[in-house]
Order: sequence, then structure tokens, then C-alpha cells
Amino acid sequence: MATEAKGGDFTSNLGRVYAVYTGGFLAFVIFIAILERVGVPNHILGYLFVAFTIGVYAAIGILSRTMQVDEYYVAGRKVPSFYNGMATAADWMSAASFIGMAGTLYLLGYDGLAFILGWSGGYVLVATLIAPYLRKFGCYTVPDFLAFRFGGNAARIAGIAVLMACSFTYVVAQLVGTGLIGARLLGMSFELAVFVGLVGILVCSMLGGMRAVTWTQVAQYIVLIIAYLVPVVILSAQKYGIPIPQLTYGTVLSEIQIKEAALGVAAAASHTTPFVRYDPLNFFALVLCLMVGTASLPHVLMRYFTTPSVREARQSVAWTLLFIFILYFTAPAYAAFAKLEVFENVIGKPLAQLPSWIYSYGKIGLIQICGVNAVDVASITAACGRIAGHTGILGLSNFAIQADAIVIATPEIAGLPYVVSGLVAAGGLAAALSTADGLLLAIANALSHDVYSRMINKNAPVARKLVIARVLLIIVAILAAWVASGRPADIVAMVAWAFSLAAAGLFPALVMGIWSKKTTSAAAVAGIWAGFLTTLVYLVVTRYFPGFGVNVMGMYSNVNPVTGAALVDIAKLKAEQPQIFQQTMVAINHPLASRVGYFNIANISAGLFGMPIGFLTMIIVSKFTTAPSTEMQSFIDDIRRPRGAPVMIEKAG
Amino acid sequence: MSEPNKVQAHWAETQRLTYIMIGIWAFFSFFIHMFATSLNGIKVLGFPLGFYMAAQGSLIVFVAQLFWFSKAQDNVDRKYGMAEDD
Repeated sequence: MATEAKGGDFTSNLGRVYAVYTGGFLAFVIFIAILERVGVPNHILGYLFVAFTIGVYAAIGILSRTMQVDEYYVAGRKVPSFYNGMATAADWMSAASFIGMAGTLYLLGYDGLAFILGWSGGYVLVATLIAPYLRKFGCYTVPDFLAFRFGGNAARIAGIAVLMACSFTYVVAQLVGTGLIGARLLGMSFELAVFVGLVGILVCSMLGGMRAVTWTQVAQYIVLIIAYLVPVVILSAQKYGIPIPQLTYGTVLSEIQIKEAALGVAAAASHTTPFVRYDPLNFFALVLCLMVGTASLPHVLMRYFTTPSVREARQSVAWTLLFIFILYFTAPAYAAFAKLEVFENVIGKPLAQLPSWIYSYGKIGLIQICGVNAVDVASITAACGRIAGHTGILGLSNFAIQADAIVIATPEIAGLPYVVSGLVAAGGLAAALSTADGLLLAIANALSHDVYSRMINKNAPVARKLVIARVLLIIVAILAAWVASGRPADIVAMVAWAFSLAAAGLFPALVMGIWSKKTTSAAAVAGIWAGFLTTLVYLVVTRYFPGFGVNVMGMYSNVNPVTGAALVDIAKLKAEQPQIFQQTMVAINHPLASRVGYFNIANISAGLFGMPIGFLTMIIVSKFTTAPSTEMQSFIDDIRRPRGAPVMIEKAG
Repeated sequence: MSEPNKVQAHWAETQRLTYIMIGIWAFFSFFIHMFATSLNGIKVLGFPLGFYMAAQGSLIVFVAQLFWFSKAQDNVDRKYGMAEDD
């Protein structure tokens, strides 16, 4: 395969190498399609997809092995901006973007676009405020910068704490994602799929660190973007004769509106009506938290440490956003096409005449009709028969589809052969693995570089540092897989929390560290903890300890975005069911969980409290502490201009 | 221009460019979507305009903006002799 071409002057041949790789991948897909035609069973084809793609990633990982610190932590700082953009896009787009985003848009309509806006606009902040300056500074990790700028290990520890809090749940979610993809698309057991994911991550990252992860992520981006575009492009060509779904779904949206009117959907609940699920305050708060969080997540920022220059770091952010944009502006098309299919061929049809894809995905629990999983005609007929007055025609309220089903089901909706479903599975796997690689490296590097090399054993020899780095990588990976195999129910919600935590904990310190010469070490450390803990407490109390929140912290009910009525009547509940105001931990379906708070801010946007508190703490404490030394101020000047040597030069390369 | 003056002027112009970028970002991230309900009354190729701006329009602006920014900032760096060697 193409990876054999990875020889001495690999970076000068990148274009050719990845062109051959892409051609090889397409040839492989055609080969699978031929196997399908000659009658090879689907699950064998699915396994071939997984084995082939993970085999390629492993080959890249092994060929990119290294014993140099600079290569291990920052890929030798010679990744061209275009390829770093691709790698960062794969690093960024997770299982949630690939599988979940289109479904979220299907379910939330306009309000789901908060995720599209939030997860793209953040790169403007990355490019203008942070990444080029950190590249000039020349660090290996984000806590490295905090420690240098803010006088040592107190700031380093604060940075590591925030990094761990946002990255660990995120990596667990990626492994849960691989488990779900394996179970739903390939018929593996959940645990086996998590284990395959674990192996897939370790073979990429362990031997070659950042160098291997970079070249693997480029390969994974190519797989995931092909897999994402193919089904919906074909669907668009079938329906409108134009293979550009991003354009044709305007027509789909118009047709959806006509159908909605015919089905009696209120205009306020229409697919394109804004501020139905989130009121404007929560919509914009969520957009802001996702954007600012994007600009502070360590696994994204550290990718810009790998470019050859500050200039290329900036260009690289632009390329990253372009590559992300290709997927993100397609996601709403998926949602629209799926919704129209449901309105045209599912709702309002007799139960016996539903399309067969309903049952394919009902069997694996993604579609419910009349409250039961849609396994076959008999079971849904029986279930709907138990509803008084049901006429045997499927109504809108009888039908429930899980967000994850939209992307997964589209190939079958379009009547495409199984090979396309296998391709989508390979793409989802690539998205989950590439993100997990980056996160795992961010966590393990913080432990090996910041904790071990900087705080425990400052004079460790290079070989020892790299062994420690690899051992820690394996330990963190196994720990994450172990947590993931327990199928933590809240994990997807917790990923959204990572953005608020990073936004409140890291963003103020990074921005002030670069843009203000007056911010002092004590101020930064106080600000990181103040912002981070404020956000963490709000998240944990509103979700897990709402009783404590109401009784002790004076929280009150959030309101319905359309009617403005309280979600829960606290006074009435207190009189009728005082036991639900227990101050112990509550489950996700508890009547108060995530329904109380301050100022009607949902906990997903908790960074809205932490961010200003972080900034204010830094500004106020700076006024009462001694200003940074003139030496530090001239270092800051150095960071601000691209020309000249990096501020921090690692000893022992 | 003397060296310290150049450093100051370079940073002043870098700041100005950054503020412009943040202004554009804020406009297309927040301001324009506050009028989503009224913009939805306008249809372009079937797209309600408010929906289109959040689904595609703003994103296109962000991508174009970042390529422009990397070029513009590089020009600022070169003007004051602060750019890296090619």
C-alpha cells in the first residue's frame, strides 16, 4: 500500500504519498463492492473494512516510530500547514461530529445549529488570539506555556488539572463511540469493539508519538470525509440529479415545510424556526462556550506546535477550518434529507407499508414506534393497537428515532448496497480513533512531560523520558477503555462539558498571558482555579445534586424556551414530594436533574459563569500584586513577533 | 524607524488587525443570528435565510476570514521586518 512509500524524504513527497493512499483506499472500496456482488456476507465485509483501515493506521504508526524527543512531542516541527490542517480536522472531528451531529440537527432543527456555529467559529479565536503565539513560544504542551509565563509549578498544576478534567471524559466518549459503531454497524459485541478501538489507538500513537499521530490523522481524515460525503451525495443525485447535497437541501427544506403544514406541525415547532429548544440566551451562551472552549482545548492547540513556522501555524488554522467546514456544512443536509424521507414515506403510512430500513434500525434499538423498538410489523401493530383510537396509520407522535440513526441509516434509505454502510462504519471509526489519538497524547504528554520531566525528575535522560511517556500512554489508554466498557450513560453530555471547563479554566489565562503584560503569576493561578471551579461546581450541582442546589445554593427552576413557564414547580414539589430534594447524588432521569440553576442558564453553557469570573479575578489580583519583571515583559514581546528564535528552547533533542 | 518604535508599531498594527477580526467574528457568530426569525422570511434557493446563515453563511465567512487574516498578518509582519525568513 501507499504507506510503503514512507522513506527518507517523506515530507517532500507528501502529495504523492497521500494521492496514492487515497487511490488505494478507493480501489479497496471497489474491491469490497465486488466481493459483495459475488455474495460474500455483510459481516465479513464489515470486518474487512475495520481490519484494512486499522492495518493501514498501524503501518503508518510503526513506520513513524521515533526515539527523538522533538519528534515524539511535536513531530519535529516540520508538518506543512496544509497537512497539519487535515490532521487537526481529524483530531477535532470526533464520533459525535461524524455520527451524532446530523442527528442532533434532525431532532433540534435550527437550534442544533448552535453546535455547527460553535464548533467552527472557535477557530477564528484560535488563529487570532492564541495558536501563532504559542507556536512562537516553542513549548511542547499547553501547561508548559502557563508554567513559563506564570512563574512555575503552581500554574503548571492548575493547567494540568483543567486539561485532565476536559480531556479524560472526552477520550472515554471516543471509545464508547467505537463500541457503538462496532456494535451497530458491524455486529461486533460492544466490549470487543472497544478493545479493537484501544488497539487501534495504541498502534498509532505509542511508537511514534505526535509524529505517528500526525500522519495517521491525515490518513483518517481522508477516510472519514469520503465516507461522510458519499451517501448523501448519491442521495442528492438520485433525488434532484445534482450531486451537491449542500445546495439541493434548500429544496428539501421547502418540501419539509409543506409536509409540516400538511401534518399539522405548529409553525413554532418547524424544522427551521429558531429558538424553540433553546431560548436566545441559552443558544448564544452555548455558541460562545463551544467557541471559546475550542480555542482552549489542549489537544487542538498542541497540533499547531508542529508547524515549521508561525506563518504556517496561522495558515494551518485556516486549512483546518476549511477541512472541518466540508463536513459541517454537509451535516444539515443529512438531517434534512432524512426528515423528508420520514415525512414522505413513514409518517401517515399504514403500519404494514413502512419502508424496510425502519426495521433494520428498530432491531438495534434506534427507532421506536408506539413506544416499542420497531422489530417487525407484528410487534408495532400490536403496540399501536394498545393505543386507544389508533387507526393503523402511523402518526407523528408514534414515531421516535435516535440521533445516532440518521447518518447510519442514510445509505439504506438511499437504497445503496452494504459496501456504503461499511464505508460509513470505517469513517465513523476513523473519526473516533483520530480524536482519541490526539486526546490520549495530550493527557499522556501532560503526565510525562509536565509532571515527570519538569517536576519529578528534571535531569532524566532522553531515553528514560520516552519510555515513561509510552508507559503512561498505555496506562491512560487502558484506564479509558475500562471506563468506556462500563457504558457510562452520561458520557456524551459530559463531552459538551469539556468545552465549558476549558473555556473557563484555560482561555482567560492563555489570552491574558499573551495579550496583557500586566497579568501576574498569582493572578493567573487564582483566575484559573476561580473560573474552573465555578464552572465545575455549577455543572456538578445542577446535574448531580439539584436538591443541594435548591436548598443550600438558592437555585431555582429553568424555564421553557417557548412558553416561559418554569420547568419544575419547586414550591409545589417541595410540598408534595419533599423526598426528591434529597441532597445526595441523583440519576439522569431525576425530575430536578439539569432543570435548576441561576438566570435560566442550562448546565451545558456553565462556562458563561466561569469565563468572566476567571478574567475578573486575573484583572483584580494583578492590581494588588507586583507586576511581571521587565525580563518577563521582554519575553512577551518576543512571543508577539514571529521573527527570531523560539522563547523556550528544549534542551536535549 | 528605530528598533523599539518598530516593535511598538508592529504590535499596534497587529492589535488593530486582531480587533477587526474579532469584530467580524462577533458579527457573524452572534449579531446576525439575533435576527434569524425575520431573516427566515427571505427564501434563497429554498433556504430560509436565517437558517442558511447559521448552517452555511457564517461558516463560509469564517473560512474566508482566516485565509485573509493569515495573509494580512503576514503582510504586517513583513512591513516591520518581523516576519520569519521564507
